Amino acid sequence: MAKSVRLIDSTLRDGSHAMAHQFTSEMARNIVKALDEAGIGTIEISHGDGLGGSSFNYGFSKEPEMDLIKVAAETVTKSDLAVLLLPGIGTREDLKVAANYGVKVARIATHCTEADISQQHIGLAKEMGMEVIGFLMMAHMISPEDLLVQARLMESYGADCVYVTDSAGALTPDGFRARVRALVEGLDVPVGVHAHNNLSSAVPNSLAAVQEGATVVDGCCAGLGAGAGNAPLEIIAAVFDREGYDIGGVDWFKLVDATETAVRPIMPRPQTIDGPALTLGYAGVYSSFLLHAERAAKRFDVDPREILLECGRRKLVGGQEDTLIEIAYQLSKEKQAAG
Amino acid sequence: MTKIKCAIVGSGNIGTDLLFKLRHDPYLETALVVGIDPDSEGLAIAKRHGVQTTHQGTDGFRKLQDGIDIVFEATSAAVHRANAPVYQELGKIAIDLTPAAIGPIVVPYVNVGEVLDLPNVNLGTCGAQATAPIMHAISRVTDVSYGEIVSTVASKSAGPGTRQNIDEFTVTTARTLVEVGGADRGKAIIVLNPADPPIMMKNTVFAAVGSVDREAILASIEDAVAGVQLYVPGYHLKTEPIFDEGRVTVIIEVEGAGAYLPSYAGNLDIETAAAIRVGQEFAKHLLTQRGESVEAKA
Repeated sequence: MAKSVRLIDSTLRDGSHAMAHQFTSEMARNIVKALDEAGIGTIEISHGDGLGGSSFNYGFSKEPEMDLIKVAAETVTKSDLAVLLLPGIGTREDLKVAANYGVKVARIATHCTEADISQQHIGLAKEMGMEVIGFLMMAHMISPEDLLVQARLMESYGADCVYVTDSAGALTPDGFRARVRALVEGLDVPVGVHAHNNLSSAVPNSLAAVQEGATVVDGCCAGLGAGAGNAPLEIIAAVFDREGYDIGGVDWFKLVDATETAVRPIMPRPQTIDGPALTLGYAGVYSSFLLHAERAAKRFDVDPREILLECGRRKLVGGQEDTLIEIAYQLSKEKQAAG
Repeated sequence: MTKIKCAIVGSGNIGTDLLFKLRHDPYLETALVVGIDPDSEGLAIAKRHGVQTTHQGTDGFRKLQDGIDIVFEATSAAVHRANAPVYQELGKIAIDLTPAAIGPIVVPYVNVGEVLDLPNVNLGTCGAQATAPIMHAISRVTDVSYGEIVSTVASKSAGPGTRQNIDEFTVTTARTLVEVGGADRGKAIIVLNPADPPIMMKNTVFAAVGSVDREAILASIEDAVAGVQLYVPGYHLKTEPIFDEGRVTVIIEVEGAGAYLPSYAGNLDIETAAAIRVGQEFAKHLLTQRGESVEAKA
């Protein structure tokens, strides 16, 4: 029997970064409708930085995320909706509101060493009868053994699945395999993966992960996501199908159609691996820093790649977008001092 | 010509940092440290410093409370909720460092003068102590329609209480930005960074402002930084305030005094330093009420 892989779409969540959080209700309706028709079982929708992410620090949403969630909930016929929540940014109140709109899956994300800040949120989601996926972000920063320790914490709080999340797109297949293997061997719950394409490895990483026993895989239409983007879901579907995996009734032709009709026309720019995006992967920097680094670089007239390299040196974690301003400011001072 | 006597309830890191900082205080004398574990390091340290201790919690406090005017609560929200009525019954002033928030939040630079007749005040969060003075500095010279802060702290300096109740940080801090900081609406974000060596506590304040009189805002922020530095010496701007269309950004770093806790734990330092500042103001107020001199005694 073919091994089953569950595909989760994050176009309306991770894609929010690439859209500078400018999704409208109409876009959400079109994308959700197309994904629902293509047979995608779980569709994630939230501000890119999760519920409550709309802010100066991460960028304000054009329309309130709860309005988009409401539209999505009205549009789906078969798919379940998921939301992302980062403790420290969003709160349990946000999760309750989303659950009231019919969201069935809570994805609770922490930096890979900080799983213990997710206990309250995982607990509430379970109490409300939601499925919980634990997201360990920036997984490249710690060893497979240490990652397992944190994954076990999330499992102990009630997570139904735990992810290796390569937020920086800094892993290549070997590193991805090792982390997935550690979690598959050490957890009782399924293991999922979320890849970014900064080193052009998102699809091969996802395939390697599934070969190691991961059974849940994220992607976004056309790869629309932070940094160089995520694993393009239509490619993931086609590749996995060709490799003989059971992708749960997902029609990859229809997924390509969804990408062409609902996503590509609204993309502000193609999802490419340009210099700054490549620097994210090279330096191991949170992918959603990309546009913030570009803005800060422009504001202070410095090279965005220099900002991102400094982020890597300082070992910044997800959520520290404010520090890009400080780094750009200091680089500009150094530049002025050097004449 | 006596100092005001205080008790420190809670013999963990925060209580012990308070003890260290109060050693040479001009207005306050630590008369008692209350713990619940006879083997706790904090109680042993207090004894070595010649301070009376009890490991019998609230019962021990009741027996030894005579002559004490002020209690620093450095336990947990649940314990303070249980203890607060006892302090009130015994006529003690409670300065609460837990998230219990029975009393109003006091940020010394902004509103300590308004709370000195109350029996119970709360320090709020470290993020609020670090950012509300700046928000207040901006909002007193121009209307702030929305204020947002991001506090980044070293993972090592965030204890289990913070970690298991992280919503409490974001919700309480956001509320303080409005109630004390003067923003019309507030939002707070906290990020834990595990980098080694540990990072200093950093706070970014974003204020949405209408018309901007740069000179007035800069002067007001400068006054706030100097005002907070009086009780938190390691509090400083990381960059000049940054002005963009409709927005002022202020980045602050807090280096801890390194009294008992390591210097990267500026988030804990600012809490204990602010609590002591509040305690000093209460002490001066009590001395004045009692007709005693309020000249500082080293």
